[in-house]
Amino acid sequence: MRRTTHVLVTAVLALMVLLLPATAASATEDPSPAPASPSASTTAPTQNTPPQGAFIGVTLVDSSTDDPIPGVTLVVTDADKTEIGEGVTDTDGRAFISIPGQGEYTVELEEDTLPDGIELNGSTTRTVNALLDGGNFAQFQIGVAEQASVPFSERFITALVGGIKFGLIIGLAALGLSLIFGTTKLTNFSHGELITFGAIATYVMNRAFGLPVILAVVAAVVVSAGFGWLQDKFLWKPLRNKGIGIIAMMIVSIGFGLFLRFVFQFGFGGSRRSLSQYVTQPRKDYGFFSLADKEAGIIIVAIVVLTVTCVGLMKTRLGKAMRAVSDNPALSASSGLRVDGVIRSVWVLGTALTGLSGALLAINSQVNFQMGFKLLLLVFAAVTLGGLGTIWGALLGSMIIGILYEVGPLFGIPSSIKEVGALVVLILILLVRPQGILGRPERIG
Amino acid sequence: MDFGTIFSSALASALGPTAIVYALAAIGLNIHFGYTGLLNFGQAGFMAVGAFGLSVSVVTYDLPFAVGILIAVLAAVVLAIVLGVPTLRLRADYLAIATIATAEILRLIFGAVETKDVFGGSNGLSGFATTFYDLNPYNSGLDLGFISYRRGDLWTLTVGWALVILACLLVWLLMRSPWGRVLRSIREDEDAVRSLGKNVFAYKMQALVLGGVFGALGGIVLALFQNNVKGSDFSTNVTFYAYTALLIGGAARVLGPVIGAMIFWFLMTGIGSFFSQATSGTDPLIPSDIMSDTQASLVRLILVGLGLMLLMIYRPQGIFGDRKELAIDAR
Repeated sequence: MRRTTHVLVTAVLALMVLLLPATAASATEDPSPAPASPSASTTAPTQNTPPQGAFIGVTLVDSSTDDPIPGVTLVVTDADKTEIGEGVTDTDGRAFISIPGQGEYTVELEEDTLPDGIELNGSTTRTVNALLDGGNFAQFQIGVAEQASVPFSERFITALVGGIKFGLIIGLAALGLSLIFGTTKLTNFSHGELITFGAIATYVMNRAFGLPVILAVVAAVVVSAGFGWLQDKFLWKPLRNKGIGIIAMMIVSIGFGLFLRFVFQFGFGGSRRSLSQYVTQPRKDYGFFSLADKEAGIIIVAIVVLTVTCVGLMKTRLGKAMRAVSDNPALSASSGLRVDGVIRSVWVLGTALTGLSGALLAINSQVNFQMGFKLLLLVFAAVTLGGLGTIWGALLGSMIIGILYEVGPLFGIPSSIKEVGALVVLILILLVRPQGILGRPERIG
Repeated sequence: MDFGTIFSSALASALGPTAIVYALAAIGLNIHFGYTGLLNFGQAGFMAVGAFGLSVSVVTYDLPFAVGILIAVLAAVVLAIVLGVPTLRLRADYLAIATIATAEILRLIFGAVETKDVFGGSNGLSGFATTFYDLNPYNSGLDLGFISYRRGDLWTLTVGWALVILACLLVWLLMRSPWGRVLRSIREDEDAVRSLGKNVFAYKMQALVLGGVFGALGGIVLALFQNNVKGSDFSTNVTFYAYTALLIGGAARVLGPVIGAMIFWFLMTGIGSFFSQATSGTDPLIPSDIMSDTQASLVRLILVGLGLMLLMIYRPQGIFGDRKELAIDAR
């Protein structure tokens, strides 16, 4: 039984639709373009200012302490469910989102971005009727359950379960990366984009082709596998035949990653979007921890797929061939293995696994053009920690990184930069045991 | 379509402060990657410690400007040593992962809400360049008709290009010295150098420190001309763009990174302003159904990725480089 004293925290959502007179922006001549790198962080902006024209203003305040809640992402959609914009609450808990004009809008609070210890109790969405004749304020409340009084053991278990889920998701991607590295020795810097590819494919199948989410995931995995096949056929195999060195290939993969990421942004836009089903689900109590159905589903799917893949790699002929090629390509070739064919299957399998990881992430939270890139280093950390090129190592590493990522904030790692703990572990493991936990000691320097 | 404006904005950018920042960063990478064969993917981290070394000393701790510069350079040296000890013995791909991870750790810490009191959070720090701009000897900006720079930028440009020239001179002198020859031999065959009794680790460390200091100088120039630094200025893309600039010009050539950075920013700004013109106005050249103006700003970034791939596949030596002098066929 949970002995939680639920403090009801009011989040005051003040709707201010104002038509400000369009003041001429002070024109500054600036011959030098700022380095064009879209910022990858979603940390709280320090001070938001109201935009010109009509907008929705949101103020999130924890009424028990009167502290503002910063760093929470809010997404505004119009009546046709098309996204208008999003805002992140600043240090005063305020966010402003421009709207095109009068009408009914839905403000959705992104649960993932709530700070640790605060859990949303009610619905994450509010409908807002925007009236143009300025100065109208509407106030309504979002119920937030404060969990600060939850005993440490319970918070630990919740974080642990979250970590296992996250570890399983990145485990799929890490297995893909490890397989590709094992057979081709390529450290693939575009691997993050393969995760995003899976997520966007799921989104497109779901929203554009109207498939139910579960079928969309299956379709996305198939499309990802095809993408892997195409990549090897038209990019990596010609490069191998050309005899291009490993470092050159690595730089090519960086270029490919940049290319894909900005193509995704071009086609998908810069915002976060949700699938049509399973967006918000209540959590069910399982005794020590609580899980939404979709989270339980993600955990089960990931475990089943990982088990099947690993058993397949150990037992089947193709699996043995893959391991033979990663051990010694020249010897495998002279033993009559079609090395190129094996590598092709590895690309297909690896990209499919990675695509599944992206699809599960899309269900778990939302889809964004750089979601995979943000995970790339965590996947690298997982694979390096377990041992580059080893199958079980990738899984072990992912679980450790995943749990560390979620549990770390309980032990003092600032929650807005949870990645730091995992990356520090990556550097430490290189210091003491560069071959990773399960890797064989070999010459790596 | 006004090609004159496109050309002059591209030219202004090729000679502008951003090109200087990338030239300095790429000169550092040239020492790491071009001459020594170290695959440092964390140059953004070196730039960040340079920029934050200066701004934190001046803004947060109220130290004099000159001390701030000294601390910025020292910070880069310390980072290179701390980073080098565990990673320089590792294979190229491990080094790449370790350095990129370090740069990300630094970026996250510099931009975090929790460290806002020291590093200024997502807004960053500003107001540390007053001493620098007070030294400005120019009385007015420069207007050559087709390009013009404001007074403050002109001063940054003078100092920046002077730094670039000094850096090139230093690299040129070093690389024709015995020390430089050892670096290049390490790139070609580390074991051979070791068997000749050279301390490979020490040479690699010296190269990492020197290249890192150039990276930090790039970060300082960036901080000065923006008069603001924030963690998000130093994303991994910065490192990748610096690599692209280096590879355009040609690695292992003294002027390669400088020319590369100029060409890189010429093209970035030129293509950017071409597509922004092509999609703006009442009757755009490219209809807005095909490409909106937000999308137009992404075209140049897509082309960077494509360009980096094609460059590496078809002409890894860049414009001036020598294919044999390139550490891309490593173990």
